[in-house]
Amino acid sequence: MDLAYSPEYEQYRMEVRQFLDTNKDQSPPLYGRGNGDGKARDWQKLLIENGYAARTIPKEYGGFGGEPDILKSHIIAEEFASAAVRPGHSGDNRLVPTVLELGTEEQRQWLVPPTVRGDMIWCQGYSEPGSGSDLASLSTRAVIDGDDFVINGQKIWTSGAQHADMIFCLVRTEPDAPKHQGISYLVFSMDTPGIEVRPLVTMTGEATFNEVFFTDVRVPKHQIIGNRGEGWFVANNTLKHEREGLGDPNQAENRFREIVDLMQRETIDSNRLIDNPTYRDRLLSLQGRMLAMKFNGMRVLTSQIKKEEPGLPRWIIKLQGCELNHQMAAMAIDSMGELGILYDDGPYLRDQGRWQQRYMMDLGLIIGGGTAQIQKNMIGERALGLPKEPKFEKPLN
Amino acid sequence: MDFGLTEEQLMLQESIGGYLRSACPLDSVREATEVGSTHVPKIAAGLAELGAVGILIPEELGGVGMGFLEAALISEALGSVIAPVSFVASSVMAPVALLGAGSQEQRETWLPRIASGEVIIGVGISEHISRRETDGIFADDDTLTGKAMFVLDGMDADTLLVADNEAQLYLVQASDVTRNKLKTIDRTRSVAEIILDQTSAEILPGSVNNRKHLKDMVNAGRVMLAADTLGAAGTMLEQAIEYAKERRQFNRVIGSFQAVKHMCSEMAADLEPCRSLVWYAAHAIRAIPDEATLMACHAKAHLAETGRFVARKATEVHGGMGFTDLLGLHYWFKRIGFDRQLLGAPEVVREEAAVAQGWI
Ligand SMILES: Cc1cc2nc3c(=O)[nH]c(=O)nc-3n(C[C@H](O)[C@H](O)[C@H](O)COP(=O)(O)OP(=O)(O)OC[C@H]3O[C@@H](n4cnc5c(N)ncnc54)[C@H](O)[C@@H]3O)c2cc1C
Ligand SMILES: Cc1cc2nc3c(=O)[nH]c(=O)nc-3n(C[C@H](O)[C@H](O)[C@H](O)COP(=O)(O)OP(=O)(O)OC[C@H]3O[C@@H](n4cnc5c(N)ncnc54)[C@H](O)[C@@H]3O)c2cc1C
Repeated sequence: MDLAYSPEYEQYRMEVRQFLDTNKDQSPPLYGRGNGDGKARDWQKLLIENGYAARTIPKEYGGFGGEPDILKSHIIAEEFASAAVRPGHSGDNRLVPTVLELGTEEQRQWLVPPTVRGDMIWCQGYSEPGSGSDLASLSTRAVIDGDDFVINGQKIWTSGAQHADMIFCLVRTEPDAPKHQGISYLVFSMDTPGIEVRPLVTMTGEATFNEVFFTDVRVPKHQIIGNRGEGWFVANNTLKHEREGLGDPNQAENRFREIVDLMQRETIDSNRLIDNPTYRDRLLSLQGRMLAMKFNGMRVLTSQIKKEEPGLPRWIIKLQGCELNHQMAAMAIDSMGELGILYDDGPYLRDQGRWQQRYMMDLGLIIGGGTAQIQKNMIGERALGLPKEPKFEKPLN
Repeated sequence: MDFGLTEEQLMLQESIGGYLRSACPLDSVREATEVGSTHVPKIAAGLAELGAVGILIPEELGGVGMGFLEAALISEALGSVIAPVSFVASSVMAPVALLGAGSQEQRETWLPRIASGEVIIGVGISEHISRRETDGIFADDDTLTGKAMFVLDGMDADTLLVADNEAQLYLVQASDVTRNKLKTIDRTRSVAEIILDQTSAEILPGSVNNRKHLKDMVNAGRVMLAADTLGAAGTMLEQAIEYAKERRQFNRVIGSFQAVKHMCSEMAADLEPCRSLVWYAAHAIRAIPDEATLMACHAKAHLAETGRFVARKATEVHGGMGFTDLLGLHYWFKRIGFDRQLLGAPEVVREEAAVAQGWI
C-alpha cells in the first residue's frame, strides 16, 4: 500500500494543473453536449496537442501518440474532474479502440483521424425492438448484392443517431448459422439513402435516443470490421470499452461533493439541510458506499498497472456505480423538499435542475449498456462460477 | 501508486489464514464455546508463535512491529474462522494505548508479555461511546470507582485497561475487581461488566488531560471490528456459493435459479468494495492521520451494514439448513451482529464521521 505518486507523476500532475489554469477559459461548457461545434473542436485539438486527449492513439491516426500509461490517464481524468473542465475524448471510446484493434489499415486511416478530431460523430446500432438484453438474437438483415451489403430492418434506443455522421451497426449476414456466428459489424454513413431516423423522447423530456429504420440501405462490402460472421466478437470488444466507462468512481466522488455543497448551502427554517440529522445520516451512508467504490477503483487501477486481471472488483463497477449515482441524485432531490420537484427552468431551480435530470438519466444508465439484472447474471456466472440457467431447446412463447 | 498488498502482507495473510483454517475448524469452535470458553489457549499459542498476537508491538519489545493493515488482515482471518481468541482489545487497542500513553516502564512490563501470549489485557471504554446512567468510572487519587460495561476480551483478561470519565487511561488487575460475564449472541468472544470500588489503578501518564489516546484506541478497534466482519461475511458468502452449486431442487442446482444467483451476486457486489475500504482505513491510521477517524468510522459503519446484509442473505440461500444449529452458519451471523454493536453502532459512528469532517 503506497498511495503516493512517484515524483515523475507528481510532476505530470502539476503540468496538467498548470495547463488547466492557463487554458480552461477556452473550454466549452462542462455540461454541454456534442463535440461538433467550433469551440469543442478547437478545445479537442489543443488537448490532443498537449497529450490530454487521444493520448495513446498513434500520431498517424490523429492522436498524441503517447505510450499507454494508465496512471497518466488517471491523473488527467482526476484533474479535469476536479477543475470541472470538459475532458477531451478519444473520438468515440467504443469505436476507435475497436477499429484500431480489428480494422484494416485502410479503415484506420479512413475512420480514426476525423473521429478523433470530433468531425465524425458516431452512433451505436445494436439494440432492436426484439433484441435488447438478448442482443445476439438480432434480426436486421444484410444480404450481399454485387459489391454491396443491402440492409433491411430496424434499430432502437440508438443514442445520438439524429446528430451522428456514422453508425457502427450489427446486422445478420448468416441467417442459418448459430445466432452468435451469423452477425457482422458494419460501419456506414448516416446519409446513406434508405435510412430514416425517428427521435424517441425519453423520460427526461429530451430526445436523446432514436429509432433507426433501414430500407434497402446499400453499404459497400469493404465497410465491414472483422470478417463476415465475426461481428459478435467485434461487438463485444466495443461493449467492453463501453462498460468500463459506466459507473466511474471519480464521477461519483464529484457528485458527492456537489451534494454536500448543496446541503451546506440550502436552508430550511434557517437550518442548513445538512443540520437535519435524518438527511445527514443518509448522506453519510452514501459517503461510505462512495468511498468503498473509490478505493475499489484504486485497487482496479493498481491491478491494471501491474497488468493483472482485476477480476471481481472490476465486474461490479457498472452495477454498483450506476446504482450509487442514482441514489445520490435521489438524496439531493429529497433533501431539497418541494424544491426537488422543480424542473426545466424557473427562478427557484437549484443547480440548473441537474439532480432531477440525473435521477432520470442515471436510471437510464442502470438499464442501458447491459441492465442491472444482466450484470448480476454475469457476476454470478463469470466471477462466482455459478451455473448458467438451463437452455430451452426451442424458444418459449 | 500501489493500492494493494505487498508480497510480505500476502504471505502473512496466507500463513495466518492457513494456520487458522487447520487449527480452528467449526468443530473446535463448537467444542470450546459449548463449555463457555472464549479463548482457546492452543490457538492463541499458535497465533503468538506466528507473531499475530504481537503484530503491533515493536521488535525490541518482543513483537513483530508491523502496522495496522497487517493487524486488519489478521482480524479478517480471525473473523473468517470465527476464532475464539482475544485479539481486538489485547493485541490492538491495549498496545495502541501503551505505545501512545504508557511510561517506558509500563511498555517494558506489559508489551513483551502481550506479544508472547503470557497476558491478555481487556479494554473497558464503552462508556465513551454510549454511557448509561449507572455506568462510568471515576478517579480519586490512585483509585478508581464505578462500573464499566462491555469490557472487550474482559473475561479472559489478566489485566484491564479502562478509561475514567475524562478519558484518562489506567491499568487495573483483574483480580482486584468484581467481574461478571455478559452473555451475548456471540459465544466466540467475551465481554464483561466490571465493578471497581476504590480499586488501585496505575495511570498511563501520557493520557493525563489528553483524550487523543482513547480516540486512537477507538479508531484502531473500529477498523479491527470492520475487518473481522469482512472476514466473517466473506466466509458466509463462500459457503452460500458452495451450497448453491451443490444443492438441487426442481431437478436443478439452486444456483442456476436467478433468485439465488442474484442474491449471491448482490452479496459479492456489496462486499468486494468493503475490502478496499478496510485496507484504506487501516493504512490511514498511520499514513494519513488526518483521515484516520473519518475512515475508521466509515469502515465500521459500512461493514456493519454490508455484513448484516450478507449474513441474512447467505442464510437465506441455505434455506431451512441456514437456520439450523447443525450447519453452524449462525456462528458467523452472530459474530457479525456482535461487531456491529460494539464500539458504536452504524448510526453512532456515522454521526462521528460528520463531526470529523466539520459538517456539524
Ligand atoms: C439511456 C439509454 C441509452 C441507450 N443507448 C443505446 C445505443 O446507443 N445503442 C444501442 O444499441 N442500444 C442502446 N440502448 C439500449 C440498451 O442497450 C438496452 O435497453 C438494454 O440492453 C436492455 O434491452 P431492452 O431495453 O430491450 O430490455 P429487455 O432486454 O427487454 O429487458 C427488460 C427487462 O427484462 C430483464 N431481462 C432481460 N433478459 C434477462 C435475463 N436473461 N435475466 C434476467 N433479467 C432479464 C432486464 O433486466 C429488464 O429488466 C440504450 C438504452 C438506454 C436506456
Ligand atoms: C423455522 C422453520 C420451521 C419449519 N417447520 C417445518 C415443519 O413443521 N414441517 C415441515 O415439513 N417443514 C418445516 N420447515 C421446512 C421449510 O418448509 C423449508 O425449509 C422450506 O420449504 C425451504 O426448503 P429447504 O429448506 O429445503 O430449502 P431449499 O428448497 O433447498 O432452498 C434453498 C434456497 O434455494 C431457493 N430456491 C429453491 N427453489 C427455488 C426456485 N424454484 N426458485 C428460486 N429459488 C429457489 C430458496 O428460496 C432458498 O433460498 C421449517 C423451516 C423453518 C426454517
